[in-house]
Amino acid sequence: MTVLIVAEHNGKQLATATLNAITAAQKLGEVHVLVAGSDCLNLVEQVSKINGVAKVLHADAPHFAELLAEEIAPLVVSLAAPYTHLVAAASAFGKNIMPRVAALLDCSQVSDLTEIVDEKTFVRPIYAGNAFVTVQSDEPKLVLTIRASAFSAAVSGSQNAPIEAVMATPAQDLSRFVGRELTASDRPELTQARVVVSGGRAFGSAEQFDALLTPLADTLGAAIGASRAAVDAEYAPNDMQVGQTGKIVAPELYFAIGISGAIQHTAGMQDSKIIVAINKDPDAQIFNVADFGIVGDLFEIVPELTKQLQNR
Amino acid sequence: MKALVAVKRVVDFNVKVRVKADGSGLDIGNVKMSMNPFDECAIEEAVRLKEAGKINEIVAVSLGEKKCEDVLRTALAMGADRAIHVETDEELDSRAVSKILQKIVEKEQPQIILLGKQAIDDDANQTAQRLAALLNAPQATFASKVEVNNDEIVVTREIDGGVETLALKLPAVISADLRLNEPRFVKLPNLMAAKKKTLEKQSIEDLNVDISGSLKMVSVAEPKARQAGVRVANVSELIEKLAAANAI
Repeated sequence: MTVLIVAEHNGKQLATATLNAITAAQKLGEVHVLVAGSDCLNLVEQVSKINGVAKVLHADAPHFAELLAEEIAPLVVSLAAPYTHLVAAASAFGKNIMPRVAALLDCSQVSDLTEIVDEKTFVRPIYAGNAFVTVQSDEPKLVLTIRASAFSAAVSGSQNAPIEAVMATPAQDLSRFVGRELTASDRPELTQARVVVSGGRAFGSAEQFDALLTPLADTLGAAIGASRAAVDAEYAPNDMQVGQTGKIVAPELYFAIGISGAIQHTAGMQDSKIIVAINKDPDAQIFNVADFGIVGDLFEIVPELTKQLQNR
Repeated sequence: MKALVAVKRVVDFNVKVRVKADGSGLDIGNVKMSMNPFDECAIEEAVRLKEAGKINEIVAVSLGEKKCEDVLRTALAMGADRAIHVETDEELDSRAVSKILQKIVEKEQPQIILLGKQAIDDDANQTAQRLAALLNAPQATFASKVEVNNDEIVVTREIDGGVETLALKLPAVISADLRLNEPRFVKLPNLMAAKKKTLEKQSIEDLNVDISGSLKMVSVAEPKARQAGVRVANVSELIEKLAAANAI
């Protein structure tokens, strides 16, 4: 079994989710990583140092710079012949590109898998995590996307995996990159943070969401998350959304503050090690998944919590 | 310009599905079914583009058992002009669905193909991307804004950490995210009027599609349940408990 991982990156740094995918793929066999990009040799060298990577494939062309699905999918297909599994993390990047690869190869894709039973058998969530299905396929080639939070991240070592330059596929010229707006933040990335503090609609306004959660997050070195209700009410940008259709997180410590606990939200955080719920409704569903719950007014509890944590 | 929108009938998002005791599947015999919420956004966007004069016809397509007519009637009531129902009792996964849709697209020749980004039952998030590949068309997944110009379509899409904007040649495939729009409420008179619109039937045999080769389902299990923990009286007690658990 040899596995090809499609690396997600910004030209300079590998996305952490790809490190989780590398760990998962080691259960399947020898791991090769494809880095497609434009002028990113430093990144390629970084990848060659990651433990568990047996070979790095490097494809360099201007039309790979923005990692558009229309350009990357044919490249992956051109390299697919020796591989049994074509793999990426189930991030926005992997979700976008891998089904296109699967269709071009006419093979099945197992999306967002949380467990690799063997090379043909996988476990994945359905119905927003209300059920986990075990699926199997005898196909000679499979496309997989990996739920990053279900696997640990691979780390770098002193090794230097061989780097092989591969031929770029021609530009498809179907779509054009216009621009990208990323939310600038000094905080840890939501899906990788050790502590996450998430807020819901109970905050009442974007100003209060910010004024209460920012000091708490700063004190804990935490990432800030939000329920869909809070995102819909525009208290927080969409990339902070935790849940079925947002980010899946599994930190050591998760605070759900003013969040009722609908399945669409808990689907995104129920694998957290310790969950703390703060809600004024004693019957809120969130208390069913929380290790520690406080019933009360978040406008009193959150500042008090921040203060006591600062004084420790 | 013509738009084609694919809609799926799924277990309503408010229903908590139950795993059958023998692990052979899910118990969805008598639960409420609705249009996949992401597909509602896709239909809504097509209707708005038509209202803005950017497109002049909307064709809604659904695949599956006879009752899929219900979601097609909803799509017609929301503003689709006609509907195509590929009726089958076969279980279809994203791979099969995208191949069937490819045939419909080749026949209908729409310039814009809109789908929901994922169906809330299997959560596979594959069909739009697969369809775009089969058509050798550009794709914009997880769209939160769509603008149609003369010969291209400009889409803002949600990515990890923010948004990005792409310009696509036509025909193009777009998958709708929830923030694309707020779907309209269907009024009874529209639902009545929708009954007069055309709902054409097709079969997989007529379309001559090979839908073999799907993933085999071995078993279904409940998620590992979390035990509800303890209630603490105040912040001091919470901090004590968290410190004892080495969490802070």
